[in-house]
Amino acid sequence: MTIKVKVMERPIEDVSYVRATVKGLGLTFKHLIDPHKVTVQYPDERWDISPRWRGTHRMLTTEDGKAKCVACGLCPTVCPANCIKLVPGEDEEGNRYPLVFEIDEFRCIFCGYCQEVCPEEAIHMGRHYENSEYTRDAFVYDLKRLTEQQHPVCEMWDPEDEKGA
Amino acid sequence: MITPDLFLQVANPQGDPSLVVFVIGTVVKMVAIFTIYMVGVAYTTFAERRVSAWIQDRHGPNRVGPQGILQVAADGIKNIMKEETYPNFASKAIFILAPGLVFVPAMITWAVIPFGSPLPTPWGRIDLVVADLPVGFLFTLAISSIGVYGIVLAGWSSNNKYALLGGLRASAQMVSYEIAMGMSTVCVLLLAGNVSLNQVVAQQSQMGWNAFLLTVAAFVFLISAFAETNRVPFDLPEAESELIAGYHTEYSAMKFSMFPIAEYANMITASALMATLFFGGWDIPFTQWDNAGPWTVLKSVLTFGAFASKVLFFIFFYIWIRWTLPRFRYDQLMSLGWKLLLPMTLIYVVIVATAVLALDMAGVTRGPLFGGALFAINVVLMGVILFILDRGRLISPAHSRLDASGVDQLRSVSRDRIKLARKGT
Repeated sequence: MTIKVKVMERPIEDVSYVRATVKGLGLTFKHLIDPHKVTVQYPDERWDISPRWRGTHRMLTTEDGKAKCVACGLCPTVCPANCIKLVPGEDEEGNRYPLVFEIDEFRCIFCGYCQEVCPEEAIHMGRHYENSEYTRDAFVYDLKRLTEQQHPVCEMWDPEDEKGA
Repeated sequence: MITPDLFLQVANPQGDPSLVVFVIGTVVKMVAIFTIYMVGVAYTTFAERRVSAWIQDRHGPNRVGPQGILQVAADGIKNIMKEETYPNFASKAIFILAPGLVFVPAMITWAVIPFGSPLPTPWGRIDLVVADLPVGFLFTLAISSIGVYGIVLAGWSSNNKYALLGGLRASAQMVSYEIAMGMSTVCVLLLAGNVSLNQVVAQQSQMGWNAFLLTVAAFVFLISAFAETNRVPFDLPEAESELIAGYHTEYSAMKFSMFPIAEYANMITASALMATLFFGGWDIPFTQWDNAGPWTVLKSVLTFGAFASKVLFFIFFYIWIRWTLPRFRYDQLMSLGWKLLLPMTLIYVVIVATAVLALDMAGVTRGPLFGGALFAINVVLMGVILFILDRGRLISPAHSRLDASGVDQLRSVSRDRIKLARKGT
């Protein structure tokens, strides 16, 4: 039994170091004087995010400033991550409203089902991406926080996309 | 009554100054050089980051101040504010001493590098070199090798195997390339006939730059200078992929920062030496009026500008190379130093010495004709190096194969092993 290693003849005449170095220097210099910069200078410039972008939630309100939510309970039911906590209440006139409405944004998987299922078009995914907080607790958004959000909301589909996806 | 007149006696601007003026002038030069040098080092780090960013199609640090020029200050403050850590079992005294030892030699070398034509003042002529040592050149060779002590001591005192390996690599590398570097500069001395750097500059202004007269030596010096300063492609002492930053693994805060500072300081010094020895020093190319007296302030300013632009070009070249080439393998580094550069420079010294002797005996005066003859020899030699030696022989490639005898040897070894295994031993 012998080691059957195929020993190749090296193409010595094609191999160089100094000339290859000069070639490489030429390439890097080309990039130096004509850079193809693609970095977005973030705080100064921002990406245009898609109309279908699904960021942290926002609760829309009626004209008098109350949440549109009627506490039907569809969104906590459909939520695959089980991140929505809803305790329904009812006022004297028989209108249902949420006593507690909390979304744990850490549990949320941003699937957008809550927005799709909502009959009142109350809960929406937001079109933004700056979510930093100082504590973990602050990521459980309560109703006040959700209604105070001002950012644009997700459109769930792109009207310009012919597939309608 | 002590008045300035007592010390600053008015003298011939072209003549030698009095001792007091000489001392004051030297102190002023020291302060000026130190300031320019430190600011230069700081901005070289900045230039490295920006140039590397541009080469890689990025932006680089551009947030602190206009175009990021205050980044240097921010880095400095950050490094001073950070916590200093000392590894257990580290040899503390040496551990603290090492960063300084790396940095100081790089700066001392500047003492002998002439950076402009002599400056006439009302109190006498001031040479634009901190110390015009008659042995200036030998001084640079001696001092530049001391820099490795800092690295070795840093590696040794850290009590860390990677740091020690980095230090060992640094010393091995320094020893290997110091020889090639010294040999390549022997050729410069053959032409200058003197070891004072001012004389080397004067010789180049007469005969043409040594880069053209001694191209091969300049080439070898350039490569060795890269190796001496531990820059890519020779930055094996701090190979992060194998040695986790090598000799400065255990350092933190400003002590860590001293190592990069020393690296850039060495880089500037090597650039200045390169400019002085091979690219005419403060000589302005294509002109002769700047090379001889009477000295004027304008001449001093212009020649300093010429010198600075040459140094800046080499600093840029260092950065440019760093972001172009990958690192060598360790055996490639060693074989390049010992098997190629050393014999090459030895042969070259013989060729240059023979040529100089032959030209002198033929009665050619040291001037443009002399330079032209040497240049012709160098064109031929560089052609040989670039088109015959540089055929897979300068650097053994990563996938170089065994030759036939090596393959046979390996096969016989494995055959013997198999026989022994069958016998059950």
